[in-house]
Amino acid sequence: MASNVAPVLDFEYKFGFSMPEKNVFKSKKGISEEIVSMISDMKQEPAWMKEFRLKSYRIFREKKMPEWGADLSKIDFENIFYFIRSTETQASSWEDLPSEIKDTYDKIGVPEAEKNFLAGVSAQYESEVVYESVNKELEKQGVIFCDMDTGLREHPEIVKKYFGTLIPPHDNKFAALNSAVWSGGSFVYVPKGVKVTLPLQAYFRINAERFGQFERTLIIAEEGSYVHYIEGCTAPIYTTQSLHSAVVEIFVKKGARVRYTTVQNWSKNIYNLVTKRAKAEEDAVMEWVDCNLGSGVTMKYPSVYLTGRGARGEVLSIAFAGKDQHQDAGAKMLHLAPNTSSRIVSKSISKDGGRTSYRGLIVVHPGAKNSSVYVSCDALILDEKSRSDTYPYMKIKESDTEIQHEATVEKLGEEKLFYLTSRGISKADAEGLLVNGFIEPITKEIPLEYSVELNRLINLEMIGSVG
Amino acid sequence: MLNVKNLSVMVGKKKIIKNFSYNFAKGKIYVIMGPNGSGKSSFANAIMGHPSYTLSPQSRIALGKERIDKLQPEKRSEKGIFLSFQSPLSLAGVSVRELLYLALTKKKEPLAVRQEITQYAKELHISEELLGRSLNEGASGGEKKKLETLQAAVLDKKVMIFDEIDTGVDVDALRAIATFLKKRKKDKTFILITHYNRVLRYLMPDKVLILMEGVLKKVGDKKLAKKIEKEGYEKAVN
Repeated sequence: MASNVAPVLDFEYKFGFSMPEKNVFKSKKGISEEIVSMISDMKQEPAWMKEFRLKSYRIFREKKMPEWGADLSKIDFENIFYFIRSTETQASSWEDLPSEIKDTYDKIGVPEAEKNFLAGVSAQYESEVVYESVNKELEKQGVIFCDMDTGLREHPEIVKKYFGTLIPPHDNKFAALNSAVWSGGSFVYVPKGVKVTLPLQAYFRINAERFGQFERTLIIAEEGSYVHYIEGCTAPIYTTQSLHSAVVEIFVKKGARVRYTTVQNWSKNIYNLVTKRAKAEEDAVMEWVDCNLGSGVTMKYPSVYLTGRGARGEVLSIAFAGKDQHQDAGAKMLHLAPNTSSRIVSKSISKDGGRTSYRGLIVVHPGAKNSSVYVSCDALILDEKSRSDTYPYMKIKESDTEIQHEATVEKLGEEKLFYLTSRGISKADAEGLLVNGFIEPITKEIPLEYSVELNRLINLEMIGSVG
Repeated sequence: MLNVKNLSVMVGKKKIIKNFSYNFAKGKIYVIMGPNGSGKSSFANAIMGHPSYTLSPQSRIALGKERIDKLQPEKRSEKGIFLSFQSPLSLAGVSVRELLYLALTKKKEPLAVRQEITQYAKELHISEELLGRSLNEGASGGEKKKLETLQAAVLDKKVMIFDEIDTGVDVDALRAIATFLKKRKKDKTFILITHYNRVLRYLMPDKVLILMEGVLKKVGDKKLAKKIEKEGYEKAVN
């Protein structure tokens, strides 16, 4: 890189950036049975997957748009590329990557992050994973960490057993769409008793206009295992709508523990409509840590089906909505067995006319005795134009349940700002400090480099409001 | 050092400070006393630049020869003013360390800031744990005022205003704060706002100013403070 280029993250995040497209193959715009078949053929998938895709496509066509949440009326499904293959084969080392892709990764800091911390990187450039390196130690332990396409090719029996069983295509319109045209995403398999000590990380980028990214992630944690998976997303800014519609399915077996951390900063023109679900068996622990900063519209409600006795589910989420943004985020917990517990902590920030909604659903089924539910949602509203709503739904069908629900709405007080500015801190920095303080209970749960990045992103958002 | 001339302060339509003029000199300790609601805290806030307070067009606040009355609070701080708050708010998720690092970004080495914080905290008997957790959250009155004093020392401004540094503070804490400040008074201007003589046992004032109903009624030496204690404000100023 030229020496006059500013350090990573300094301004690129604020304005977005994009590299010239150099695609090997791009499908034509719009979706049809032909496109769906073609995607499957190009990937040389087994027949069952092709059938699954076609069936999902038909469900997608039949399903109505969800109308209970954010405004999705401007999505034009016919104006989106559903498949782009950016390089023919996956590069196995950094040097093999095309230089444009390397530049893009340099800007989001993949190689540095990898050198310092990563157990494995599976970075997604456009619709397919092009760079991947898996720590040899993981392989020795029998851990599989690869992109979903490779997973399907090399471990078809595992994939077939789990794929689409927790989030079937008819779950919702966007799950159906993803099931029809999915490409990329991660496949993680952790064998019985294996504890993966370093987090597995994947970086995602969208780099083509009007191109929807439909990644598909499947994580299976066998009995007594542990894994922490992290996805961090950034995207360049474009002027026309773009769609990100992912599906993430996680199976947490008896006594296992999975933590899934997301730090996403999609550019403001993107619809981020993601279905995330985990199944926690006996004494299993599933934790979602979900930080949503970017996108125009986000609808995302990570859920945990607590199917085994003593299972525990947790969702910690941050939503930040600025101008023209609507973050409709929350959580869903289904208590289906006795002694299960769930905990939801949601922090939302809205400013410059942005809108955040917390939408939560808690269901305690009859017989899920001695279960406990804790929900806490705090909203911080930074100005008069901005808005925050709470939609907490609870269906408690078992009387032997302990429930706690707390909700607060705060404004960033003038007195606090005066206090900080009197110390020589600028107003924008003071706001950033207070906002970061507000979300600190959640950022302390995520790895340091991500919380630093998140704090920086929020500071940039705060400074942006002044100019 | 701090030159205040014709200062009139309004909150909304209410005039709180009326035509206050005084020159606070370098190296001296001043005490502003007055009954409740006489405008003492408003004076402090107006000097620091609180956005809810508006000044009359004739008002003039200067540091040396430089006017600061049009500046934002952060600029006034930069020029050399510090305010220790009467009841500092708690800041969730923000520690005093973070606050000071941010305040001194590009001005002091973070490592030097850290060392100063640790050293001053020791002198003030502030526990290590208090430095890292949310500022003032669950802190006692004494701890809060010690944390204000700590910030005063680290930021090290020319003019330091302490609004009721003695309120809600036990004897030991007050002694620790006063002793600490005494060591730092050289070349500084200290303005203590208080109701009581208590703090004056440890920090001997050069001048005592009496503020009543927003008006600077009387200026005297430390004997004036004694007189007020004995006779009350009304009698003391007449």
